[in-house]
Amino acid sequence: MNSASIGDFYAEIKSKADAKVDALKEKPVVWIGTATCGKAAGAMEVKEAFEEAIKNSGLDAEVKEVGCMGYCYAEPLVIISKPGFPDICYGYLDEGLANRLVEDFLMNDDPCFEYALVALETNDYFPTFSDFPRGVYEEKIILEHCGFIDPGDIDHYIAREGYASLAKTLRMQPEEVIREMKDSKLRGRGGAGFPTGVKWETCSMAAGEPKYVICNGDEGDPGAFMDRNILESNPHQVIEGMIICAYAVGASRGYLYIRAEYPQAILRVKQAIQQAREKGLLGDSIMGSGFNFDLEIFQGSGAFVCGEETALLSSMEGKMGIPQQRPPHPAVSGLRGKPTVLNNVKTLCYVPPIIRKGADWFKSTGTPESPGTAVFSLVGKVNCTGLVEVPMGTTLRNVIFDVGEGIPEEKGFRAVQIGGPSGGCLPESALDIPIDFDSLQEAGAIMGSGGLVVMDEDDCMVAVARYFLEFTQHESCGKCTFCRLGTRQMLDLLTKITKGEGELSHLEILRELAEDIKGGSLCNLGKTAPNPVLTTLRYFKDEYEAHINKRTCPAKMCPDLIVYYIAPEKCSKLCNVCVGSCPTEAVYTREDGLKAIDQEKCVKCNNCLKTCPPEYNAVVKLSPPELLKEKEGNLS
Amino acid sequence: MSKMITLTIDGRKITASEGEKLLWVALENGIYIPNLCAIKENNRLSASCRLCFVEVEGLAAPVTSCTLPVSEGMVVKTRSPRVDRLVQTAFELLLSHHRLECSSCSKNGSCELQKIAKERGLKLRVKRFKPLDYETEVDDSPKTFVFDRSKCVLCGRCIWICRNIAKVGAIGFSRRGLERVVSTFGDVPLAESPCTECGLCVEACPGAALARVQA
Repeated sequence: MNSASIGDFYAEIKSKADAKVDALKEKPVVWIGTATCGKAAGAMEVKEAFEEAIKNSGLDAEVKEVGCMGYCYAEPLVIISKPGFPDICYGYLDEGLANRLVEDFLMNDDPCFEYALVALETNDYFPTFSDFPRGVYEEKIILEHCGFIDPGDIDHYIAREGYASLAKTLRMQPEEVIREMKDSKLRGRGGAGFPTGVKWETCSMAAGEPKYVICNGDEGDPGAFMDRNILESNPHQVIEGMIICAYAVGASRGYLYIRAEYPQAILRVKQAIQQAREKGLLGDSIMGSGFNFDLEIFQGSGAFVCGEETALLSSMEGKMGIPQQRPPHPAVSGLRGKPTVLNNVKTLCYVPPIIRKGADWFKSTGTPESPGTAVFSLVGKVNCTGLVEVPMGTTLRNVIFDVGEGIPEEKGFRAVQIGGPSGGCLPESALDIPIDFDSLQEAGAIMGSGGLVVMDEDDCMVAVARYFLEFTQHESCGKCTFCRLGTRQMLDLLTKITKGEGELSHLEILRELAEDIKGGSLCNLGKTAPNPVLTTLRYFKDEYEAHINKRTCPAKMCPDLIVYYIAPEKCSKLCNVCVGSCPTEAVYTREDGLKAIDQEKCVKCNNCLKTCPPEYNAVVKLSPPELLKEKEGNLS
Repeated sequence: MSKMITLTIDGRKITASEGEKLLWVALENGIYIPNLCAIKENNRLSASCRLCFVEVEGLAAPVTSCTLPVSEGMVVKTRSPRVDRLVQTAFELLLSHHRLECSSCSKNGSCELQKIAKERGLKLRVKRFKPLDYETEVDDSPKTFVFDRSKCVLCGRCIWICRNIAKVGAIGFSRRGLERVVSTFGDVPLAESPCTECGLCVEACPGAALARVQA
């Protein structure tokens, strides 16, 4: 079939999709964010409330599901489009607000601006994304449609130029596609930052049939959910990227490796594959071009190390998910020994826009060595948690304080953990480094897959390093000596330090061991596992020393190094909240009516401190615990 | 026949077939490099013991010699401060999870851990690290040998030989992380497994994890 008929094929599915989407513009539509973050916040109840209210009102309106637009802190979110009004997004929805919006806005033209978060189109009444700092810093390439289209309906993607890149690709030579990808200098977004075009070229030139394309959706970093959100919100962009890749390298079969813990993502991808097949976009002779490619889902069983490509392949072959020596690289000898391209979800998402708009367009964003955007899941002690997409080269300060709107309760910034458990903890002084693959490496962290955990003054960096190491130690497959035994030895030392049993010589052993594990481990899990410890030793050594020399936890977080104390001068006889909040009856009422804590019974659950009303603020943490004697000594 | 090349190891010019792994080229020419998990005939390299590091001119960091194909003009040093440090740490880590009782051990004198210690001047004790708990139970169900996991270094040689030479497949790796062990399917005693007591695994074991019953 010639290229003209591919164009006709696309024009036909596009016009059908446009007609379907345009029809929706004739009436009010409530778009509810029902990705996992929305569902967890109660989106399904809100959806029911809307449906019920609309049914009772007798209006001709529709309720549709969309994915996540990244404003996870404000979930459940809805976007209401009503003819004659700009599309408006509302946050923090509940059933009551749903009823109110139907009654006031849908039935009576009052858009209830007091509940609105942002307008989607420029208008005279309400600010749009670009009127907020977040909108100024964000630039969306792969999250562009997330949260705005129905992930369960392929026509919504097609109406937004979806699969146009595929139609263009099928009229190019595979070498041209690879050249475009190489020109774009796109670097893999799974963490290592390897040039995608080079990987594709290696695979295309490698001998062996059939070739495979695998999408790595085995996202497992604590606090990271970029891939899940993309798969849940816009699965077709990933699929389109995979088909383009398959055409470029000559693959006939593809797999989406998604963790079984992501049921919603699996559901959305399943629907998407099915619909793509029905449209002739997957299977035999895609778009009538004669090119055959089909996809299926492989569900990962939850081992973190299976995100490592050789372990992922082993698990797909029915073996233990354990990393293998590289080379050979999967691009040469991958799944079942055949040439295999393995790309991260985000990497594949960049492919359709790059093909459609060209390598030069892509390179106009970001830095020369790391073009494009970076997607982060911004979590932890930050006001606006969620998914963020900013150009490479944006500073961490902009991401945390402008996009994320800073730290709650006016607390001080302590550190930001970037790149997941194998990333590093960077201090205030690193906030002005422009984020890209190379600058983060220099600072001791890694880009990783994009987890960004913000920590405030209440977070102990020794405990944080211990937490991440505990994670990697637990997830070590146990194959190689350094990772299996080394991470365990490091964890034991860190545990000692957080208990106040550390010695200064331990810091030297920790550093040496960390460097050796980094240099000696077989796979990247081991090679990067010591990063949180190395970076905290580099930037927060004083905290380690305080734990060792003074048995003090400066952030007052390590339970063995703190005691809870109720300051009698602040405590009130009129209040009893802390007594009721204590699960072990450690808090008691003294003879004079003030409260005190029986240290023998206290389990340091923090309940009394949390419940003590702000007007008293009588419960404090003391570190080192010996301070208690001083306080109680003053009393007598 | 593959092309012959010349490389230099510790100042010695050596001729070898191109592509052969450096570890074997060195060993066959009488140059010792510590190793536990390497099996020459195994194409799917384990590279798990992390003891065979060497320095190669032009490479930024030490590399494992068991995975490195030799090539023309390659210049190798088997010892350097960086190599020694990695080997020392890996060795001490292995010992930290090992029942150290050399004087009463059946492999005393023929143990490969002892050989590594001797060749590299390493101590057979754990100094920087904490000895970790090991499994104390010994599988003495076979008639001719015993399996003592507390002395296993997880090199996997027994597994490879059981599968590929004996063609029995009675044992494999199971569990993860620090709990990774060599075990039978379902962790039943060896006598209840398909094990034929051919004894190849005992020959393959570098230490005393698999050891003949003393007559």
